[in-house]
Amino acid sequence: MSALLNVERLDVRHGLLQAVREVSFDVAEGETLALVGANGAGKSTLLRAIAGAHRPTAGRIGFAGEDITRKPAHRRARAGIALVPEGRRLFPELTVEENLRVASASRRPGPWDLDAVLEVFPLLQPLRRKRAASLSGGEQQATAIARALMTNPRLLLLDEVSLGLAPVVVEGVYRSLATLIEAGTTILLVEQDLARAMGAADRVLCMLEGRVVLEGLRGQLTREQVTEAYFGLRRQEATA
Amino acid sequence: MTWFAAVVHGILLGGFYALLASGLALLFGVMRIINLAHGSLALVGAYMSFLLVEHTGMSTYLTLLPVLPGALIVGYLLQRTMLERSLRAGQLVPLLTTFGLLIVIANLLQKFFSPDVHSLDEGAIGTAAWQATSSLAIPWFDVLTLGIAVAVLGGLHLVLRHTQLGRELRATASDADTAELLGVNSRAVYARAAAIAVATAALAGVFYGMRTGFDPNQGGAELLYAFEAVVIGGLGSLWGTLGGGIVLGVSQEIGAQINPEYFALGGHVVFLAVLVGRSMAQASRIRYALRRLA
Repeated sequence: MSALLNVERLDVRHGLLQAVREVSFDVAEGETLALVGANGAGKSTLLRAIAGAHRPTAGRIGFAGEDITRKPAHRRARAGIALVPEGRRLFPELTVEENLRVASASRRPGPWDLDAVLEVFPLLQPLRRKRAASLSGGEQQATAIARALMTNPRLLLLDEVSLGLAPVVVEGVYRSLATLIEAGTTILLVEQDLARAMGAADRVLCMLEGRVVLEGLRGQLTREQVTEAYFGLRRQEATA
Repeated sequence: MTWFAAVVHGILLGGFYALLASGLALLFGVMRIINLAHGSLALVGAYMSFLLVEHTGMSTYLTLLPVLPGALIVGYLLQRTMLERSLRAGQLVPLLTTFGLLIVIANLLQKFFSPDVHSLDEGAIGTAAWQATSSLAIPWFDVLTLGIAVAVLGGLHLVLRHTQLGRELRATASDADTAELLGVNSRAVYARAAAIAVATAALAGVFYGMRTGFDPNQGGAELLYAFEAVVIGGLGSLWGTLGGGIVLGVSQEIGAQINPEYFALGGHVVFLAVLVGRSMAQASRIRYALRRLA
């Protein structure tokens, strides 16, 4: 399997804070990779750098064999990278349907159009003409994922899709993700909930303080190993 | 003039204010870019039309054919070269750069066209009027201006609500970073909005030149009325701007009916009343929300 996304020694800064340090990894076409780690580990920043919302200070991002490190965000979206940002970031004054149709700006041909996303997210069908600001958290999250799909992405980046949602709603969101995974969409997801991440992904990458500290296939990692890496326990033992 | 005639004339005058304000309604009301040079760009449109009439003898209306596409290009370049950089430095910086542009334009116009008053020929329609009653004559030119204002604002409304460009404009205005993530080229979208706004300014400028004489320093004064029309109508609403222009025009004519000196005052008083009323309504909404929380 050839790598769809290829990240090499990536450094990303927020002013003086170096949020991502020399991170390297690949995502293969059709793969689902979960990025786990504590708050502030640099997961969201890494996703935003891949999507083009944040400029890296060093390193290289390759996508489908092309160097996209310097490309602006809208050209990455047109190349097939879609980010579902943390906190949904819907356009509050636009209706649900308008939110979805803004994404036609990517001008990428593919299976996803208004009818197709409404079929996967049937709860949005009756809400089409409602303003996005009036939706519940779960409805907003569904709209945000549907909107990203409307760009017909080759790579879908999901940032904390379950944050702030009721468990039953999270269940629904992950059920629709399963549909996407079956359809062969390549997904890179950031998730706080370890069990969820390890349940949905083929491979897990654990970040700590901006670095990748553990990587492995789902079957090869135990929950304990990931938990240790998550909190940096092993490293503390080594320095103690 | 009777009170009834004052209201009718106010509505027609409001049509002109709405036409002048239509570009501002898009750029300021929707995109939240303050362009203080809007009135000056309208004047540039009037002067360009004047030049064409002088050199070719064509009708003023025909000069719109070259002037409007030219204004589109000017607007596009203005956004890409000046406004875009200013916006990156913060929302208030365009206020300074466009104020500078206003002064530069006024001085350039003065240098090339002298401070004298110029005017544009409005054709046969300029003197024609419909004698509705014995005391009320409705000038056809004012009706035409109102009609064009309705057409421009209606057209902009349709573009904003029902086209992909419109959705991209509103999405970019609300959250440019997120729009970019969906494939929207936000710089190009802003530039297109500025191009449309400057073209409507030039259109309004040509009509202004046909209504009254104009000189290089009028850009600021006319702009004030356009801003008032946008604010009275409510930011972000294009039909609101039409209503705002009409409310302003009617208030001015009624002010003038009370005392000819109160023409401008009438408009300003209503403008202030709308602002105060709106902030009081907002304050009471906040108080209500706080009481519910407590």
